[in-house]
Amino acid sequence: MTATDKPEARPGALRRVWNFALELLDVLLRPSSIFGLGILVLAGFVAGVIFWGGFNTALELTNSEKFCTSCHEMRDNVFAELKTTIHFSNRSGVRASCPDCHVPHNWTDKIARKMQASKEVWGHLFGYIDNRDKFTDKRLELALHEWARFKANDSLECRNCHSAQSMDITKQSPRAAVAHERYLFTGEKTCIDCHKGIAHHLPDMRGVPGWQ
Amino acid sequence: MTRTTVRNTAIIFLVAAIAAGTGTLAAQTLNSGLRGATPLNDEGPASPMPQTRNTAERETRNYPEQPPVIPHSIDGYQIDINGNKCLSCHARARTAESQAPMVSITHFMDRDGQFLASVSPRRFFCTECHVPQNVVTPPVSNDFVDIDTLLSRASPGGRR
Repeated sequence: MTATDKPEARPGALRRVWNFALELLDVLLRPSSIFGLGILVLAGFVAGVIFWGGFNTALELTNSEKFCTSCHEMRDNVFAELKTTIHFSNRSGVRASCPDCHVPHNWTDKIARKMQASKEVWGHLFGYIDNRDKFTDKRLELALHEWARFKANDSLECRNCHSAQSMDITKQSPRAAVAHERYLFTGEKTCIDCHKGIAHHLPDMRGVPGWQ
Repeated sequence: MTRTTVRNTAIIFLVAAIAAGTGTLAAQTLNSGLRGATPLNDEGPASPMPQTRNTAERETRNYPEQPPVIPHSIDGYQIDINGNKCLSCHARARTAESQAPMVSITHFMDRDGQFLASVSPRRFFCTECHVPQNVVTPPVSNDFVDIDTLLSRASPGGRR
């Protein structure tokens, strides 16, 4: 056997993968000669239910306070700060946990947000904010992202619970009633314009509109 | 009687006296009004948290130099190196929108009496002087009268 014969004896790895793909496609396109059509449809349906259900279950698992606080970046910084606020404990016992404000409830928007959040996994793995100093240095940037999101969707996540339609301003303090009547009901401002820093500490507010 | 016997008797009397004294103190219920009927050596139940007076109406100052009290709730208002929530309504540029009273011009002065462009760092922490009020009846009465009342009396500075 000479050196020139070698390539003919065994094709390259890429070629073999390509050949396998062609064979697989051939099998997938050929009608089944073993399983009945009904069995195939039923199996497809069952597999679909399992995959879809599994997907949504996994999605919901990543949408819980427990999952969010499993990273120390969240647990020691933003979650620790949330604990002192009214969204964590209050007279009526309703708690807004992380995804209630930070993940859109609408499915398409939720998937889009989850894809964005893959950057956060990257940041966790490479320790972008793995101590308090790094976190506070980056707090303004992170806060600006969230404020921009709330501003763009007209504070949708706030309004999932606090709707202007069901807000009884006669039950509010005079100050709140006046402000909501003048700016919220007229649509001149949205929730996040005034209610910044209600669930987490504020970043350096110099240069933020409405702040000194 | 020897000297030792005298000393022993004295010690026994002293111990008895101290025991009797502490006994009566512990048993005594001191009703001062502030701590209620709880004995001195017990910790009484905590009184309920009073509500914040939240009328948003200005209150009379008792004397001209008194820092005005805050007539609204300030729960969760952040005042630190990063920001000052009070100023997002009470700052000069914000008062048209908020209709809140502007921070006094005296707060723009530095310690040499020079006026700065905005609130002086030494006046930044509002709650050092300005405090919200609770809806409570004071446990201790107060017969303070302001200067106008004092001056309008028949014999100024006389009967209180």
